[in-house]
Amino acid sequence: MELYELTIHELLDLIKKRETTPSEITESVLKRVGQVEDRVKAFVTITEEEARERAKHIDEDVNNEGNIKSLMGIPMALKDNMCTKGIRTTCSSKILYNFKPPYNATVVEKLNDAGTVLIGKTNLDEFAMGSSTENSAFHTTRNPWDLKRVPGGSSGGSAAAVAADEVIFALGSDTGGSIRQPASLCGVVGMKPTYGFVSRYGLIAFASSLDQIGPFTKDVTDCAIVMNAICGHDPMDSTSANVDVPDFTKSLVADVKGMKIGVPKEYFIEGIQPEVKDAVMKAAELFEEMGANVEDISLPHTDYGLSVYYIIAPAEASSNLARYDGIQYGFRAEEYDDLIDLYKKTRSEGFGPEVKRRIMLGTYALSSGYYDAYYLKAQKVRTLVKQDFDNAFEKCDIIICPTSPTTAFEIGAKTDDPLAMYLSDVFTIPVNLAGIPGISIPCGFSNGLPIGLQIIGKPFDEATIIKAAYTFEQATDYHKQKPNL
Amino acid sequence: MEYEVVIGLEVHAELSTDSKIFCSCTTEFGGDPNTHCCPVCLGLPGVLPVINEKVIELAVKAALALNCEIAEYSKFDRKNYFYPDLPKAYQISQYDLPLAQNGYIEIEVDGKKKKIGITRVHIEEDAGKLVHAELGGYSLVDYNRTGVPLIEIVSEPDIRSPEEARNYLDKLKSILQYSEVSDCKMQEGSLRCDANISLRPKGSKEFGVKTELKNMNSFRAVQKALEAEVKRQKKILERGERVVQETLRWDEARGVTVPMRSKEEAHDYRYFPEPDLPPVVISKEYVERIKSTLPEMPQERKERYMKDYNLPEYDAGVLTDSKAIADFFEACVEKYHDPKTVSNWVMGELLAALKTKDAEIDDIPLTPSHLVEMLELMDKGTISGKIAKTVFKEMIETGKRPEQVVKEKGLVQITDEGKISEIIEKVIKENPKSVEDFKNGKEKAIGFLVGQVMRATKGKANPQIVNKLLREKLQ
Repeated sequence: MELYELTIHELLDLIKKRETTPSEITESVLKRVGQVEDRVKAFVTITEEEARERAKHIDEDVNNEGNIKSLMGIPMALKDNMCTKGIRTTCSSKILYNFKPPYNATVVEKLNDAGTVLIGKTNLDEFAMGSSTENSAFHTTRNPWDLKRVPGGSSGGSAAAVAADEVIFALGSDTGGSIRQPASLCGVVGMKPTYGFVSRYGLIAFASSLDQIGPFTKDVTDCAIVMNAICGHDPMDSTSANVDVPDFTKSLVADVKGMKIGVPKEYFIEGIQPEVKDAVMKAAELFEEMGANVEDISLPHTDYGLSVYYIIAPAEASSNLARYDGIQYGFRAEEYDDLIDLYKKTRSEGFGPEVKRRIMLGTYALSSGYYDAYYLKAQKVRTLVKQDFDNAFEKCDIIICPTSPTTAFEIGAKTDDPLAMYLSDVFTIPVNLAGIPGISIPCGFSNGLPIGLQIIGKPFDEATIIKAAYTFEQATDYHKQKPNL
Repeated sequence: MEYEVVIGLEVHAELSTDSKIFCSCTTEFGGDPNTHCCPVCLGLPGVLPVINEKVIELAVKAALALNCEIAEYSKFDRKNYFYPDLPKAYQISQYDLPLAQNGYIEIEVDGKKKKIGITRVHIEEDAGKLVHAELGGYSLVDYNRTGVPLIEIVSEPDIRSPEEARNYLDKLKSILQYSEVSDCKMQEGSLRCDANISLRPKGSKEFGVKTELKNMNSFRAVQKALEAEVKRQKKILERGERVVQETLRWDEARGVTVPMRSKEEAHDYRYFPEPDLPPVVISKEYVERIKSTLPEMPQERKERYMKDYNLPEYDAGVLTDSKAIADFFEACVEKYHDPKTVSNWVMGELLAALKTKDAEIDDIPLTPSHLVEMLELMDKGTISGKIAKTVFKEMIETGKRPEQVVKEKGLVQITDEGKISEIIEKVIKENPKSVEDFKNGKEKAIGFLVGQVMRATKGKANPQIVNKLLREKLQ
């Protein structure tokens, strides 16, 4: 067994017992990166030297302090839309190809405080817009389970890095499913916390009212450990919730007796891959066998989720991405006639087609004369989608459903059909619209490709999700499967 | 046909907070370019705004001083447009739910009081400054001012002449300074004004087509631009043509209003609620608390000066126009028994000196105790009124105490009758003709002789004593 194959909790045990050191772990992980990265292509930037330095430093801390911090010496990766001081942060976009932030995102500070070692910045669909990493301006990340297939997106680099054992855990961001969908396609655990639970300060914004940072881990226990480290109020983020963070590891109890679980009938639509449906149904049966009360529920406005999302997210994005104008930082067109021409050329050359498509969508939706018909209406329907969940949670504690309608698809299969690509997020988007938490955990395989189970919970009730996920994980061994790389 | 002028004003005032609206950078004016900045006000990728609570407090205070109703619930919106001085490419402002509405300012028109309605007061952030290279070819941006808090005060179209507009602005400035929400320094850009103006036939209820005037750098410029625009619109209407609704720029040098290029005004700002900031919720208790901190407003103060200090209405009006001047006056009166004397010095010598220097009272080293000590020297007879003016000028320049000025310049009044007598003898001897004239009943001649004595003593002789002794000697 190699160190890089282990989980956070396993490695921490070894460090505590002085059976290994942060440096040994980092070396093991870097060795793995060396073996597989040219096939997986999970990273945009690898911070090998910095990682070695940092690990050495933590070796000393371990020796001196004796006090083992919650993530001490654990190698991890960050999606390349989280600002890292002095380290290139690109959003996988040409327009930020050379941007080195002068500050750290709040989550980066928190992870640093917890003792992590940064291995690198992972690939994503440009500005987190996409479901496959094919929209990255640099390269497409491969699914470690089948290198011809996509890892999902937009946090595909983070998901693939964890699935390929290139890091022990990673952070991603989830605006419409960008953590849960790639977690599902790569067979790892991925959680999107409640909106406001993790600070967005330093997360390069896509859609401000939907974006949320969360972890990719190898199992649910690790998920709870990372959640403990990253959640909590941040005075730098006015949308960050001022609520107490429970110790999520206390929810690692295999017990769902009496838990009320809803299965929404709208989530088993036509076009869903039969194996995905079967795996989720089997999961429901398993929960029932373990003592949970599983019942059918209805989320009647599910159909509108996608439409609402594709108004609100692009509208916010069109404004958030307006700052990339070539004036202060990042890419600037080489030749231009005047200011307007500078803007036009910089943005035409700097952004990729999907980003442009969404900027146009959003600009249109916010335009004078269309605002009421699109943006305002979408906000109203968003409220209805949220009410669906409020109503459902009066009857149940959690909701289970597929994370994605399909397993990983082949690279290039959907690039010419944006609408087909958008459907990939049909089960994850409503959760973002409602601002509630959701997790994807492995629940089966189809033709050697992982299937994800989504568990959705009440706002700030990640504890119940983690408990259910942990119970399921204890009863299955899907999470223990590794891709053949 | 006779036309009625209809004017509405939009004023931007910088709030006097120490730090910017969404970060902790200083709001201090000036500084080397781009030294009062951080990732937040530079709008770097990933940053988020956090509202400075002092901004809400000052904005509420201003709105209350303008007799507005404070909204219990208001929110921030993004105003989207591209310009290099706007690093996020949107300005955080307030659109459909402003902080406050329905206020008014009372001005005086031809001796009668008139209310000018305030439509709304809202909060927004300032942009940076573009510096164009003198030789052209490139421009530089200074983001020091980016994120300085502003309030925008929009008036109703209640103003009926350029003079009224000026009057409104003077009053608004005075109120903002009194409530200590803004220092209103136009030369530092902390107060800016745009104007909407239209003409309509007298008696008509409908509004005419309006134009918007920009780029006025002083209250005087606002008035002049409006006067020019009244003339321009009148000419158009008299020709039977229609005024075009457009934005015009005031060209100070040429004294004309010039249309801005349509590119500069064809904006669709695509306002939408700012998702990074929670709504502003203000309780009645909060409003009451702020209300209780509002200082006395200029009108109240003026009335108090007339009543308590027995000052003429004119004096009281001039003194209370600026809070700083009124504060100075009051500090003097606390230590000195005669308010009218203080008023004369403040309105006369002090205001004249400030006008010549184009300075505010804070910019000069003179303090109330300087003036009081000087008045006391006059009362003691140490210096004459004439000498006092010299002393006053010196104090304004150097900030030296009056006694020191008197000593250093040898300005102590000569009251020694023996010494004065000596000089009088000499003057009598040297001016036999005038002495003759006086003796022949020409009362005026004594004035000349007094003047000669004063000249001989460089103005230091006590004029009363000179007068008394001269008369004695000539009788």
